[in-house]
Amino acid sequence: MLLKIADLLMKPGTKMVMIAFALVFPFLAANEYQVYVMATAFIWAIAVYGLNIITGYCGQLNLAHGGFFAIGAYTLGLLTADYGWSFWPAFVGALVMTAVLGFFVGIVSLRLKEHYFAIFTLCVGFIIYLLLDKWEELTHGPIGVRDIAEPYGFGLVDFTETTPFYYLVLAFLVLAIWFMGKLSRSLLGRTFIAIRNGDELAQSLGINLMRNKVLAFVLSTTYAGLAGALYAGMVRFIGPEEANINHTFDMITYLLVGGIGTITGPLLGTIGIVWITQSLQFLEEYRMIIFGPMLVILVIFFPRGITGSFLTWMHRKAQSLAPGKKHTKSKVVTAKTREAENNA
Amino acid sequence: MLKVEHLTKMFGGLAAVNDVSVEFEMGKINAIIGPNGAGKSTFFNLISGLHRPTSGNILLNGVDVTHMPCDKVARLGVGRTFQTTNLFEQASVLDNLIVGHRLRTQSGLWDVLINSKRLQREEKAARDKAMEALDFVGLSHIAGQFIADITQEERKRVAFALALATDPKIVLLDEPAAGVNPDETVGFAALMRKMVDNGLTICLIEHKMDMIMSLADKIMVLDHGEKIAEGTPEEVRNNPVVIQAYLGGDEDAAA
Repeated sequence: MLLKIADLLMKPGTKMVMIAFALVFPFLAANEYQVYVMATAFIWAIAVYGLNIITGYCGQLNLAHGGFFAIGAYTLGLLTADYGWSFWPAFVGALVMTAVLGFFVGIVSLRLKEHYFAIFTLCVGFIIYLLLDKWEELTHGPIGVRDIAEPYGFGLVDFTETTPFYYLVLAFLVLAIWFMGKLSRSLLGRTFIAIRNGDELAQSLGINLMRNKVLAFVLSTTYAGLAGALYAGMVRFIGPEEANINHTFDMITYLLVGGIGTITGPLLGTIGIVWITQSLQFLEEYRMIIFGPMLVILVIFFPRGITGSFLTWMHRKAQSLAPGKKHTKSKVVTAKTREAENNA
Repeated sequence: MLKVEHLTKMFGGLAAVNDVSVEFEMGKINAIIGPNGAGKSTFFNLISGLHRPTSGNILLNGVDVTHMPCDKVARLGVGRTFQTTNLFEQASVLDNLIVGHRLRTQSGLWDVLINSKRLQREEKAARDKAMEALDFVGLSHIAGQFIADITQEERKRVAFALALATDPKIVLLDEPAAGVNPDETVGFAALMRKMVDNGLTICLIEHKMDMIMSLADKIMVLDHGEKIAEGTPEEVRNNPVVIQAYLGGDEDAAA
């Protein structure tokens, strides 16, 4: 029974159901606030997909991710508020800025390995925060940036309304996941995974470490920039707190809970935790009493997150069901697993 | 084929490899033996480009690869296995092997974005190559299993297949038969023989003397980073210096 349900989840149709649900969600929601929360969750999910590329696939724990999110938000905010750009050019500007800065931070920081890289990027994240907070001439310091332009809908839609903006974010999320799916299946995605398995082995397979790591890093910072720009367009007021290290750790939590290095993981983790946090809001600070143990249990019993553990369970189950036809069956399952991953 | 001249690697004041010169012929099984800490793995790391030599030269088919980075050396046809191979445990054996052919492909980010013909062609080639390598090491029946679910011996064979998927001319094997039982060791010897019969050149580090003595065409003995002997198994077996290095100069043993 359980297996049948699981099998159903693997079907390509699940993807369609998920998209359909996301499309009708604004009509199902009890109030506009729920739509707003969902749009926020989607924005974070985009950023988490970025983290998934460098940390989940390429295996480099990047703790500056929240910083790049803030850079995306600030680039859009400052270009529209101070320099009179309109939304969409500034939006592209934010993507270019995070990609270029990602490149330069990448070629320096990726010379370091493992925890040294993590510590270095932790510092980079903090430096970004300090710059946003102290460089008042450019960033307005702790006051933050106001009067950020709203995305104009070319006369067709009004993105200042919550629901149209929700659909805008949804479109970018689908695009982000689509690209992630293509990437993960491609030789490039496999190259990233080989680097995660080990630098030395990857090198001896003829993989240029620096080039591929920098590429993964730039992709991840661009995702963060995209999310940051959308965030600035939605809340239209940002401050240095956007670069707070807590955001990075939140994103790592979403990634671990959902399933690091999987396609559906970041989405499930982010939406799940955002809604749990919302529904525990009435407990205020005490919600951590529920939230903490829940995380601990999850990490102990589902070390690969919801998606990762599910896929492993599926694979084992299918193999044990057909001991006689082990080989043929296992092939079918990998094909299915891959398909499910693709379609997520 | 592979010519090493006066190769030296210093780690601080320690000479891990000290003035080693040797030539490995094409289509042969060349073994490197020596006590623990003799510098065997370092020697491999120097040839494959993971470490830069302090001095000396390495020539591969006449090409100077002494200061070449690891990935370029691999592209020139040097494949290798490690004592332990970290693979993606929750992915199938075949999925783990596809990346082995990556170095013979060109596709980049743009190809992924537009799903180019080149990417599709190269992905198929990489998959076929992985299947071929898996077939060669005799594991095509477990192609779909997770790495986490296969045996130690199978893991070792997968590591072989991964090296083979790079289309190497010479393969460096670091203790291929460590941690497998005697029957399986015989299986690995047969596999290496098969590789050589298919035109590959093998260099291996190994501690299992029975295997080495029956398998190797040529043996080099390292001790404290220096080459102390070189020759056929017969020559090395009877070399008093080698016996002393292994057994610590005990008179009974040397006799």
